[in-house]
Amino acid sequence: MRIYEKIRDIDRRLIFLLIALAVSLPIIFQISFPEITTPMVKKVFDQIDSMPAGSKVLLAFDYDPASEPELQPMANSLLRHLALRRCKLYFITLWPVGQNMIEDTIKNVLLPEFGEYTYGVDYVNLGFKSGNEGVIKVVQTNLRKLYTTDGRGTAIDKIQMLKDVKSLASMALIVNVSAGYPGLKEWIQYGSDPVGLAIVGGCTAVQAPLLYPYYPNQLIGFMGGIKGAAEYDEILRKNYGDQISQRYKNGLQSWLSTEVGKLRASYTGEQLQQRIAEAQEKYKQKLDSEKKELYLGLFRMGPQAIAHLVIMLLIVTGNVTFFIDRRRRKKKTVSSPPAFLRKQEAGPSE
Amino acid sequence: MKRTVPLVITFVVGWVLIFSVFFPYTESLGEDFSVFFDIIASIAFILGGGSLIKMFGAKVIKRQPGWGYALVAIVGFVGTLVVGLLKTGNPEGITGNVLAEGSAIMAVYDYMFKPCGATMFALLAFYVASAAYRAFRAKNTEAVILLVTAFIILFGRTFLGTLATIWLPEQLDFLKIPNIASWIMIVLNQAGNRAIMIGISLGIISTSLKVILGIERSYLGSE
Repeated sequence: MRIYEKIRDIDRRLIFLLIALAVSLPIIFQISFPEITTPMVKKVFDQIDSMPAGSKVLLAFDYDPASEPELQPMANSLLRHLALRRCKLYFITLWPVGQNMIEDTIKNVLLPEFGEYTYGVDYVNLGFKSGNEGVIKVVQTNLRKLYTTDGRGTAIDKIQMLKDVKSLASMALIVNVSAGYPGLKEWIQYGSDPVGLAIVGGCTAVQAPLLYPYYPNQLIGFMGGIKGAAEYDEILRKNYGDQISQRYKNGLQSWLSTEVGKLRASYTGEQLQQRIAEAQEKYKQKLDSEKKELYLGLFRMGPQAIAHLVIMLLIVTGNVTFFIDRRRRKKKTVSSPPAFLRKQEAGPSE
Repeated sequence: MKRTVPLVITFVVGWVLIFSVFFPYTESLGEDFSVFFDIIASIAFILGGGSLIKMFGAKVIKRQPGWGYALVAIVGFVGTLVVGLLKTGNPEGITGNVLAEGSAIMAVYDYMFKPCGATMFALLAFYVASAAYRAFRAKNTEAVILLVTAFIILFGRTFLGTLATIWLPEQLDFLKIPNIASWIMIVLNQAGNRAIMIGISLGIISTSLKVILGIERSYLGSE
């Protein structure tokens, strides 16, 4: 078998192995590449950066764990930026498990890094409601018609920051992170556009081409996939890097103090010392991986970039073998005698 | 009766929702109908659950091929439903937040749903690579155009794409790979997508009118 034939008929398990290496090696060695922020992503940043403190922002997280690796980095960065601008945050979701994504983001980003944010005063989780764009249509004119409690079961009238919120028109901006239907497209069509409200967001790379028709008039800016998240991380790091880093360190310090306090209440003697040492080790590890924790987009772009290059290499190789194959087949057809002659050469059949 | 009632409901709801956009007096009626829709959508969850049990249950009882998977689906569905509704292990009790840490439903979510969902999505990368190698061939002009476009987009989204043309002077900025990729998306893709969207929208309007007026009745099922 010729070399090109071996490459042409390559075992697909080898391709799987190549992709596995292309994805896992950059993760293991924490490879990341510099990013240049494109105008579309910069517009998202500029829009959020122009929000005055206290602006009401509706944060719609319409995704699930399947797309979490692609969308969580941008959700984290958007939340971080909005909190740095001291905006009032109204979380909402049209996806059943979106509520988990909201709670996870609050737990991992808002609570440790922005301790001054109080539930019901600075942020609220309205949770999930079924009905897809039907929900958007209702909240567009009357939020209370559909939401009597928040996602945690507290009556809406008891929540301070919801007292002067009547509908979508009470918001200053919609920020959406979406993995499909219902998502960014529906928020534009039924939410922001009829009310004349500004909207920015992010979506999976697969969904991005479908959203370009709304840009830049109906959709101020958006991020497509991990690439968009990485670009956003880059611009956020340039502008707020020191503040973000300081908040991360403060959050970790506060976590360690709380943890040690809890351990002192539960353990004594050698066991206590051992547990404290474990907590300190965890603290050190988190401190060391600061950049990775804060700029997930940049770090997740590494494996994707390498995987893209491997796929491109595979496409090129596949086409080279295809052309060699075609040329050989043509040559074979030209050099071999016509069918009626071949029959004569073979002699009469038995 | 079986066909007339749905037709009347469709006619009334359809016209009210159209009028509610143009006439302020009917706006609250439009809101009410949208809320009715959301309530029906919630009931659809019950319908979906019932349908799942019926379909998979029959498969298990009749021991049809793949009944084991059906059994796993039923056990998973009923188990999640029970621990969710009863708020099993919830430190805040039956009246507490369903997503409270330490509850059984959160354990199901964290240790089963989340990793399974992410794994399924991650598998795509392997199949995309394999499919790209075997099917992405420059067989004819259309395939060549598709291949070149995909190549530029892919290349433009990597650091090498940026590095490859970084040396170009500012006057030739438009020739930089990421800028070409961006141009393809913003100009060519946008134009094509807009055309498709306008076509779809016109189709939706005409179909909606046919449904509201009772001309199109296929959604009612057969007689």
